[in-house]
Amino acid sequence: MYAAIWRILPGPWWVRLFLVLVVVAAILYGLFFYVFPWVAPIITPDEVDLG
Amino acid sequence: MSANDVPLTRRARRRRPRSRATFTSVLGELLLTAGVLVGLFVVWQMWVGDIIISAQKNAEGAAISEEWAQLPPPEPPPVITEGEGEEAVTYYEPPILPHPDNAEVFARMHIPRFGDDYNQAIAGGTTRSGTLDHIGIGLYTQSKMPGEVGNFAMAGHRTTWGFPFNKVDKLKLNDAIVVETPEGWYTYRFRTLEYVHPSEVDVLLDVPQVPGAIDGERYITLTACSPLYSLAERIIAYGVFEGFQPRSEGEPDSLAHVEVATPSW
Repeated sequence: MYAAIWRILPGPWWVRLFLVLVVVAAILYGLFFYVFPWVAPIITPDEVDLG
Repeated sequence: MSANDVPLTRRARRRRPRSRATFTSVLGELLLTAGVLVGLFVVWQMWVGDIIISAQKNAEGAAISEEWAQLPPPEPPPVITEGEGEEAVTYYEPPILPHPDNAEVFARMHIPRFGDDYNQAIAGGTTRSGTLDHIGIGLYTQSKMPGEVGNFAMAGHRTTWGFPFNKVDKLKLNDAIVVETPEGWYTYRFRTLEYVHPSEVDVLLDVPQVPGAIDGERYITLTACSPLYSLAERIIAYGVFEGFQPRSEGEPDSLAHVEVATPSW
């Protein structure tokens, strides 16, 4: 799967590496700012008053 | 031997058979990805998320404080004079707000030791889903209001959810704990820390830890989890009321910069 993504990306290896890093950074941003804050209240138990 | 040798070897290397994606290889990669995601979630919850959330909440707070500053200042409360002649002291009678509903934000908290931009919401109630996880600092239901005689007692997260009370163990004697409302600023001064078990709710009494006592003093009590990342104990920070400064007189000196404590991880 990841090998296929690497093959689909255009350009020489350093261009591909750059693209991969951009995509990874974008995914991390989406996770840290949107996905995790949305998921956290759903998966944390609400049994104690403090943490 | 000719110059063709080198290109030939390169071509040979490129002809190496490509491994084909199979069901198991894709499944394996998906499972690895899931593992990385879970790891990243922990990184977020224990570290990155606190930095992001606390910065967002401080920025929201700065906007609200700015909004309050733009409003026409409310009429200052009556001035009280105690003593006579040269020993007379005057101070503003602190206005006492009504007790807020659950999850109703009524004030902003400033603690210069926690950061010059530290500006967190204080809302009614201490449930995690209602107040502590999403708003910030929660007011205990039996708590008195800022400036009122008795104990103004709050809870906040020490870790996770923007960790508003993360640095509570870094408070130093006489550090300012300032509560801002549209009316003005209530300044308390930090006195001491105490570590208790979660069941020891006497820390919330009007005179903390002294059941039945009435001494006319105005206390502030901040409670949070201890040790870090644990629910085993509670860390309690106590302070005493110093004074109220109405908005018409501008920001109090108690908000002045002090050396900012580093976060506890």
